[in-house]
Amino acid sequence: MLKRDLLLAVRNYNDVLIGLFFFIVVVALIPISLNESTQILPRLAPGLVWIAALLSSILSLARLFEEDHADGSLDLILSSGSVYQCVLAKVAAHWLVTGLPLTLISPLIGLAYNLHGEQLSTLFMSLLVGTPVLSCIGAIGAALTTGLRSGSSIIALIVLPLNIPVMVYGAAAVRSSINSPDNVMTYLLLLTAMLIIAVVFAPIATAAALKISND
Amino acid sequence: MSFNWFKYSSPASFYGISHSIIKAASGIAIILCIVGLYWGFAKTPDILTDQKEYYRILFIHVPAAWMSMWLYVTLVFWAVTGLIFNTRLSYMMAAATAPTGALFAFLTIWTGAFWGKTSWGVWWDWDPRMTSMLILLFIYIGYIALQNSIADTRRADRASALLALVGVICIPVIYLSINCPDPYQCAALHQQSSLKQIEKNILIAMFIMLFATWAYSFAIITHRLRSIILEREKRTQWAQDIVRDKA
Repeated sequence: MLKRDLLLAVRNYNDVLIGLFFFIVVVALIPISLNESTQILPRLAPGLVWIAALLSSILSLARLFEEDHADGSLDLILSSGSVYQCVLAKVAAHWLVTGLPLTLISPLIGLAYNLHGEQLSTLFMSLLVGTPVLSCIGAIGAALTTGLRSGSSIIALIVLPLNIPVMVYGAAAVRSSINSPDNVMTYLLLLTAMLIIAVVFAPIATAAALKISND
Repeated sequence: MSFNWFKYSSPASFYGISHSIIKAASGIAIILCIVGLYWGFAKTPDILTDQKEYYRILFIHVPAAWMSMWLYVTLVFWAVTGLIFNTRLSYMMAAATAPTGALFAFLTIWTGAFWGKTSWGVWWDWDPRMTSMLILLFIYIGYIALQNSIADTRRADRASALLALVGVICIPVIYLSINCPDPYQCAALHQQSSLKQIEKNILIAMFIMLFATWAYSFAIITHRLRSIILEREKRTQWAQDIVRDKA
């Protein structure tokens, strides 16, 4: 399942690039629009990079179950015994094509925002642990809106408020790497705790939502 | 003696008693509101610690804030009841509760803005409590939007019920993440409840207003519920009879 989805994503590498470039463009727009000196950029970086990551993760959510719903393979998934595993595989594939590329490029973004050394690695680590949570929670929203005409716009409304804690702690980790490096580990561990809880429970909710949507 | 708990879970039998519920609840709401506001304006001191007359906004602000949270709990209760027992009326209850909850969340923020302007000199501050209320409003809006954008009623009910349930699990986490973003400062940020230090008459007026808003919610939600019942049961004979009698 994971392999199939990844294969589909790689064949349609356009989607991966769109998500990635959306992230880069948003992150680049902010210094341009603020027209501020590079002095304050490091202070803005944690929040802005995390908001851009959140938006870019939501961008591709609408299509997560849409094609499976359209061609009927969702029925097959739901009637098979392993809905949980299938959902987990879909979420993992979503993260591998949206969250991971964005995480890999984040040190470059950090450099553009005048971060260095330890701060860059914290930014990278926080996105590495945090973006899978965004995919997990986002999948619930995607499952609830599968097959709706206004699906893509409503996903953002549902998912953004639920993702606030991830963003708060992700940005806090990067911020503390600038101000008080001793605390970084605490935030990363909190993010990891969220990741574990999300990976265990979010697919259950997603599976239940898929059953409701595909009734 | 056996009592049939599910008797009034049928929309038809509930519709029968709903009118008297609305009458009683709105009567109580009006009386309590008059008494509460009178008490709040006439019997209370003009100064609360360092605040002057304007502190009286709390007679609207605090009950609205409590009701907005309490209504979310009832909404989730009905949503879960619906998911478990598959009763149509429970889903209708949840759907009828959401707009009132959202209204109270909005009222809380609005009156809070007035209070903030007079007391702190700003309309809005990113204070943890204010931010949590804003996010509660967002969650209400997400619930209503999801409910409205699904044409199939059964699916709309169950999908939004699941969303409400996910929301109720996330709310404590969201609350903590805003209230206590720094694990090292939690203790310092914790705010003691100020209920015990408040003058007795202020407290009485506040609780009268709380029951007034509660009765108001009861009346208005039942009222909305009647419309939802008629709309959804429009194919049944009894609903058509009612509409014909009214016309």
